[in-house]
Amino acid sequence: MNRPVGIKSFGGYVPWLRLERSAIAESHAWFDASVRGKGKGQRAISNWDEDTLTMAVEAARNCGAAGFAGRIGRLILASTTPPFVDRQNAGIVKEALNLSDSIETMDVSGSRRAGTSALLAALNATRGDGVDALCIGAEKPRTQPLSEAEFTAGDGAAALCVGTESLAAEFVGSHTTSIDFVDQFRGANREFDYAWESRWVREEGYGKIAVAAVRAALERTGIDAKDVKHFLMDAPMAGVAARAAKLAGVADAAVHRGLGGEVGFAASAAPLIQLVHALEGAGPNEVAVLVGFGQGCDVLIFKTTPSIAARRPTQSLRACIHGGKTTSNYMRYLVINDYMPIERGMRAEMDMKTALTTLYRDRKTILGLVGARDRATGLAQYPRGGIPLGSTTGGVGDMEDYPFADRGAKVISFTADRLTFSIDPPAYYGMLDFEGGGRMTLDFTDMDPADAIVGRMMRMSFRVKSRDAARGFTNYFWKGVPQR
Amino acid sequence: MATGIKDKVAILGMGCARFGERWDTDGESLMVEAFREALADANIESSAIQAAWLGVSYDSISIGPSGVPASVALRLDNVPVTKVENYCATGSEALRGAVYAVASGACDVALAMGVEKLKDTGYGGLPVRSRGTRADLMNVLGSAPGAFAQLAAAYSGKHGVSGVELKRAIGHVSVKSHANGVKNPKAHLRKAVDIETVIHAPMIAEPLGLFDCCGVSDGAACAIVTTPEIARGLGKRDLVTIKALSLAVSNGWEGQGSQWDGSYFHTTRIAARRAYHEAGIDKPRNQLGLMEVHDCFSITELVTMEDLFVSDEGAGWRDVLDGFFDADGELPCQIDGGLKCFGHPIGASGLRMVYENYLQLLGRAGERQRKTIPQYALSHNLGGFPSQNVAAVVIVGRYGK
Repeated sequence: MNRPVGIKSFGGYVPWLRLERSAIAESHAWFDASVRGKGKGQRAISNWDEDTLTMAVEAARNCGAAGFAGRIGRLILASTTPPFVDRQNAGIVKEALNLSDSIETMDVSGSRRAGTSALLAALNATRGDGVDALCIGAEKPRTQPLSEAEFTAGDGAAALCVGTESLAAEFVGSHTTSIDFVDQFRGANREFDYAWESRWVREEGYGKIAVAAVRAALERTGIDAKDVKHFLMDAPMAGVAARAAKLAGVADAAVHRGLGGEVGFAASAAPLIQLVHALEGAGPNEVAVLVGFGQGCDVLIFKTTPSIAARRPTQSLRACIHGGKTTSNYMRYLVINDYMPIERGMRAEMDMKTALTTLYRDRKTILGLVGARDRATGLAQYPRGGIPLGSTTGGVGDMEDYPFADRGAKVISFTADRLTFSIDPPAYYGMLDFEGGGRMTLDFTDMDPADAIVGRMMRMSFRVKSRDAARGFTNYFWKGVPQR
Repeated sequence: MATGIKDKVAILGMGCARFGERWDTDGESLMVEAFREALADANIESSAIQAAWLGVSYDSISIGPSGVPASVALRLDNVPVTKVENYCATGSEALRGAVYAVASGACDVALAMGVEKLKDTGYGGLPVRSRGTRADLMNVLGSAPGAFAQLAAAYSGKHGVSGVELKRAIGHVSVKSHANGVKNPKAHLRKAVDIETVIHAPMIAEPLGLFDCCGVSDGAACAIVTTPEIARGLGKRDLVTIKALSLAVSNGWEGQGSQWDGSYFHTTRIAARRAYHEAGIDKPRNQLGLMEVHDCFSITELVTMEDLFVSDEGAGWRDVLDGFFDADGELPCQIDGGLKCFGHPIGASGLRMVYENYLQLLGRAGERQRKTIPQYALSHNLGGFPSQNVAAVVIVGRYGK
């Protein structure tokens, strides 16, 4: 079929926290003074309550999920670092985005090419059946302290809504090669990657496999290399994109430097994050070549449409990148990401077992933050509850689903709790009053002390509520984050 | 038409264990300690007790479920023993059961026992516990100080009281209670503190520091109640009777609606209005002679002064700083030291408050005795957290006066 297919909307997310690479380097310099040379720039680090799913949800919301949720028929989540090996991760994102039960969902994993492969699959599927698809890439790589990856990696996510009309960028074509070139790997049940010498990866991998794939894609689509405006080949090492572009005949001005300097390389999500970043700055009728590398290579070619400017996200990835909060506290990074076991105290011993029956029954309430509104009185309430707020008749009323996740809320009261257990104390929480009515007492996260004031406007963010270490289960809920 | 509880039930005897970190004692022994004092005070044998209500909140870390532990420990006469739990208002709830049983005529003599053994957890502060399978997936897993600290932010915002002024006012609440606790041999903490120590103490949950929080301790307190007629028949001359007993429970209005501002207790105001009506009090600031309120945290006590209509709204902090509630003030609050110095063995606290009021009304409060015997003494016992809670108000007074 030859129906046009492409990207309708796009959005990215990078965690608020940044770690100075110089802090990493200084912490390790006693062991290996040469690492000081790697201490440049920052990397995005997840807060303790963020993981690939929470970042995926944020990216999807920035992509405009609230507006198109009803039209999505397919959700593909790409990640090599999902929280669950057997419980569909895309399904959790689907619940958080409050999408229909009647959609296709799929996890894609197993390679750093997962992000581009997922996007390619989404494009091909939509070309076939015309159904809008949401493709999300999200990564929270675990990196061993003092490893090369600890300096180069970063956390982040990107989402692309794929469809056949109202396109921001049309999909021109692609070329894929599958070659078992093992630049790095992570065996089952292993925590960290094992990586081969980067000089070899640069020359034999990016320099040959990727370049050949780019050439083939250009030839196949009939695009002249000189017409490429955006060459997107992020990599965990410097200089490879420029070299590959040169070999493929693409102008140096078209090469996007990766986001490694301020974000870090987010494994399989990196190409999608870079694509979103490029589209946010792209003009109409510009050709973008996207390269996903990992045991072969995906090359996807897009051409922006005249309506690209109108399709830019209101909550941009660029704002996310520039709005970070920098820390140079390497120990805090180790602790909140569970690299460093510390004495947590007996309060942390509470059993976090999740009643799966309860979670299923209340999945819309908990994962989707859906409350109810009384059609008769207009009063919104959370959680739903049997009898409407203020009713004295005992009737269950005429209640409709009422999602709270995309509503702003004002702080009514708050505290910074230093007694309750938090891996990143103090624990901020308080009561929020929502625009349009309804209230909740919620945890706050990504807080600056200056944000703790009555009247502060907050937005909702899907986060890890608790981790049941004994059973390997992660529980998610919504928290307040200061509107910035 | 309901006629209310006023003067229908008299306190025949009361007992209170020594509160504290009772490392040597279990919950059963704490009950026995309070019970022996109450029996002697009532001058009856345990076989005269025809029904009992047992209040305990964290039963799973102490005496366990059901009414059986009390029946066994106290060797009651196979009478009905009902275990009740209503957050930190559990002690008042136990009293309510016993008082209503007597008032209904279902029995002549009933026992209300409140107990809590908290210090078998291995850590300070209240024990962490599940709030149910759904709540655990949604609710903030905050501490008790964190829940109540939020009152301060909302109160400051609403009344334009600066954080510094409010910190000093709530600091005085604690200074006052510590001064009172020194004189109480049954209190856990018996050491005076000065305002600077309170203000500069380590932060627990902003703005509440260490001295803004009540202690956590073990304890038990109990009351034996009967009708005034039976009490007289048993030779009691000065009688203390229940003048009012009210309980108000949140229905979600504060936590789910959009009207509550977070600076006060909606339920306390309702319970107070009902109690004053039942007791026939229309000017609480003038008519009450003593108050024991639920000072789990200093800020709780401060806003409660307004919620009980003793201070005008927004003026409670000034009354506090003026010494209005000091032991030698016009309306002493926590003359026994309060939760601040007794700590808060959940099930026992409501009954411990009534115990102090009972002693004061009978002139038996020793070094703490107020010179003028009050007409009415109020106790206020609160459970839960500001946005969702159980508020109990009990007013006792001299019978026939």
